[in-house]
Amino acid sequence: MRPETEGQLAEIVAGLSEPVRIVGGGTRGVAGRGAELSVVGLSGIELYEPGALTLVAKVGTPVADIEAALAVEGQRLAFEPMDHRGLLGTTGEPTIGGVVAANVSGPRRVQAGACRDFLLGVRYVDGLGQVIKNGGRVMKNVTGYDLVKLMAGSWGTLGVLTEVSLKVLPLAEDEETVLVAVDGAAQAVEAMSAALGSPFEVSGAAYDPDAGHVLLRIEGFAGSVAYRVEQLRGVVGGFGSVSMADDSAGLWRGIRDVTAFHGQDGDVWRISVKPSDAPRLAEQLGADGLLFDWGGGLIWARVLVGTDLRAKMGDVSGHMTLVRGTGQAKFQPEPAPVALISAQLRQRFDPRGFFNPGLMG
Amino acid sequence: MEMPTPNAAVLARKARLVERLQRVLPEDAVIHDEAETRAYECDALTAYKCPPMLAVLPASTQEVSDVLRICHEEGVPVVPRGSGTSLAGGALPTADSVILGVARMNDVLETDYANRIIRVQSGRTNLSVTGAVEEEDFFYAPDPSSQLACAIAGNVAMNSGGAHCLKYGVTTNNLLGVTMVMMDGTVVEIGGAHLDAGGLDLLGVICGSEGQLGVVTEATLRILRKPEGARPVLIAFDDNEIAGHCVSDIIKSGILPVAIEFMDTLCIKACENFSKAGYPDCHALLIVEVEGSEAEIDYQLGKIVEIAKRHNPVELRESQSADESAKIWLGRKSAFGAMGQMNDYMCLDGTIPVSSLPMVLRRIGELSEQYGLPVGNVFHAGDGNMHPLILFDANKPGDLELCEEFGAEILKLCVDAGGCLTGEHGVGVEKRDLMLHQYTAEDLEAQMAVKDVFDPAWLLNPAKVFPLSVTETRREAKIAAE
Ligand SMILES: Cc1cc2nc3c(=O)[nH]c(=O)nc-3n(C[C@H](O)[C@H](O)[C@H](O)COP(=O)(O)OP(=O)(O)OC[C@H]3O[C@@H](n4cnc5c(N)ncnc54)[C@H](O)[C@@H]3O)c2cc1C
Repeated sequence: MRPETEGQLAEIVAGLSEPVRIVGGGTRGVAGRGAELSVVGLSGIELYEPGALTLVAKVGTPVADIEAALAVEGQRLAFEPMDHRGLLGTTGEPTIGGVVAANVSGPRRVQAGACRDFLLGVRYVDGLGQVIKNGGRVMKNVTGYDLVKLMAGSWGTLGVLTEVSLKVLPLAEDEETVLVAVDGAAQAVEAMSAALGSPFEVSGAAYDPDAGHVLLRIEGFAGSVAYRVEQLRGVVGGFGSVSMADDSAGLWRGIRDVTAFHGQDGDVWRISVKPSDAPRLAEQLGADGLLFDWGGGLIWARVLVGTDLRAKMGDVSGHMTLVRGTGQAKFQPEPAPVALISAQLRQRFDPRGFFNPGLMG
Repeated sequence: MEMPTPNAAVLARKARLVERLQRVLPEDAVIHDEAETRAYECDALTAYKCPPMLAVLPASTQEVSDVLRICHEEGVPVVPRGSGTSLAGGALPTADSVILGVARMNDVLETDYANRIIRVQSGRTNLSVTGAVEEEDFFYAPDPSSQLACAIAGNVAMNSGGAHCLKYGVTTNNLLGVTMVMMDGTVVEIGGAHLDAGGLDLLGVICGSEGQLGVVTEATLRILRKPEGARPVLIAFDDNEIAGHCVSDIIKSGILPVAIEFMDTLCIKACENFSKAGYPDCHALLIVEVEGSEAEIDYQLGKIVEIAKRHNPVELRESQSADESAKIWLGRKSAFGAMGQMNDYMCLDGTIPVSSLPMVLRRIGELSEQYGLPVGNVFHAGDGNMHPLILFDANKPGDLELCEEFGAEILKLCVDAGGCLTGEHGVGVEKRDLMLHQYTAEDLEAQMAVKDVFDPAWLLNPAKVFPLSVTETRREAKIAAE
């Protein structure tokens, strides 16, 4: 099934008699039951107002097309969505709908916010084939309940997105990355906390244990970057020797896409925790590969296939998502009252349970 | 304002309810005397008043849970209340309701600078959250003008914004977790100190749900290190339209100011009379603020001035000192007070795409003449969130109704221009009946499905957000079930 318009999509959904697997570019590794319902036919940028920092696009629009259109006006998707292809070994063209449905946010999440924070409005087809809109295309909107956030990261289980409107931001004129050689995760997180707790607007804070250094990104106008880099070196100098990276943009693409794990065996988990809990948790995991982003708040772990990593979480609060692998539930089981709310919401949005059934619980 | 008929059966249970509540709360936390419940008859939208049946002031999550469980069992509507500064009548009671005020819950539970979070009880005021972390040079970013009084509870419920949200976002972008009590007394933890949701983003839908999904008792908030400094520039124009173009050019230039505030003639004059801020005599005034070190500020202000000059401003005042900055902000910050001195006013809150600014301002001017009521415009121009202030005379029969009609006209205009009814104040009772102008019945049905899940009996904050016509079947079903 590959509708070309929102109307056709609504008709298809209304006429469904079986579950479907909703796919955009198919790059984010969503396995599931049912026939494929592709939304790539719904494609194109509908509206782009650089002076209002807003862009509206149909969900099948390739992310690359959006990024290219934004670049022409010196703007970008500030939440820096990751490209999952290298990590998952998928092919195809990532779509903006997939980014939103999976709430894909990259290293800049610590400073600028997540995909959900940039999502201003959605249109979607619910489980009965009705077209619903929520939010709009303005930056401030508290009119009614915020289903926009609910749809972001709902992985298609609440509805088939058809159109999204996004807030965009100016491209940075310049960027630099400060490298700090550190001794282990505990020290790394301390250094990142110091950097993120400084007034110098660090827009990326990651720790690569293999390289043994922390990466701290500063972006903005050239003069400002130079100044803040200098200040930041002072802030983190006490943690270890400090140097400047050669290829800042390339390094952050690597962090964003977790290139360290590409082509490496094992299950890949994405763990969201309080940064100061990260070092202790990382030790408990017994992972073959680790990468820390978001100042320690996001851990990427590569472990033996089939490992029940959640069992190693201990008393650390947060959650784990199985990004690559199949032996465990993809999403963290929720406490009973929350799980009930989520299940009932899915039941109301998709009463027949046809959208990506079982994916989220 | 039309409100549902109070439920006589509920009113008849008042004595029993008081008795049950007194068993779980300290004596002074159950307010049932009619003279005293009157203190809760309205919020900052004072045009609408209705004393509640009772008010309760629990001091802990457990007490909130006890209260809600009892009210649930008794089938009594509950209206959560923070500080009562809502401008939308969000905390307006119904005659058969219990006001649940969280004002006694104002502790800081945890400050954690390494992880850049603070956990507070929800009754804590917005400004005192920043107050709790200021000694370490941190702050909580969302800064509604009411921040001295309004509570985090109300901020979360309304997803409140502030002058600096162009850079820092609104409440939802700075909220990481809540402890919330459901109507049946169940306590749920949503989110936490980590940055993203595990499953569905329930936190995202709770924020901005206007007290209709649960009572928030605690919140985990992001705190940020204060910037090294901030300074505004004041730019005056002879024409609204040109000011609008200037805003758009600044945004396009790649600078991201923390605030771009806009005032029109009437507001400028009112503010000037009230605060003697020394504003120039002009048609449109912009205050643009940037942050950073001295050199960074100079650089950004330089760029802004360069852009502004292309639009032939009648005056440009770049602040050079803290004193000058304070002066530039003084008038803007007293805008509501200044307008209030002139007259009674109604404050609207629609948002429009920035590109429609000139058209919308022109049209508001035309409508103002048509209705014979003056309008002052003061708003967050960077994000298109307008605050037209309609002046009227509350003592003049018919003036309030005329003002409401005019207000509705402006809000519809905002929606038609591609915007929305409310950018930060919420729907409450005020904009409830305009919802069908922005959303279809199906769109609203999808939102109400969320309410059905969280509060199946529809007891929390009744008669808000959704038009009464749309909620009728649900309300009738509830009464039938009793
Ligand atoms: C002079 C003035 C200036 C203002 N400026 C701004 C501004 O710049 N930006 C802005 O966004 N708003 C502004 N406001 C509006 C208002 O201050 C905000 O909406 C504020 O967040 C309300 O907070 P409160 O604690 O007073 O809430 P209340 O008025 O008590 O309640 C507001 C809503 O929250 C619900 N609620 C309260 N407590 C809870 C709880 N514990 N759990 C669940 N729901 C709850 C209520 O039921 C109600 O629907 C202004 C108001 C005034 C009077």
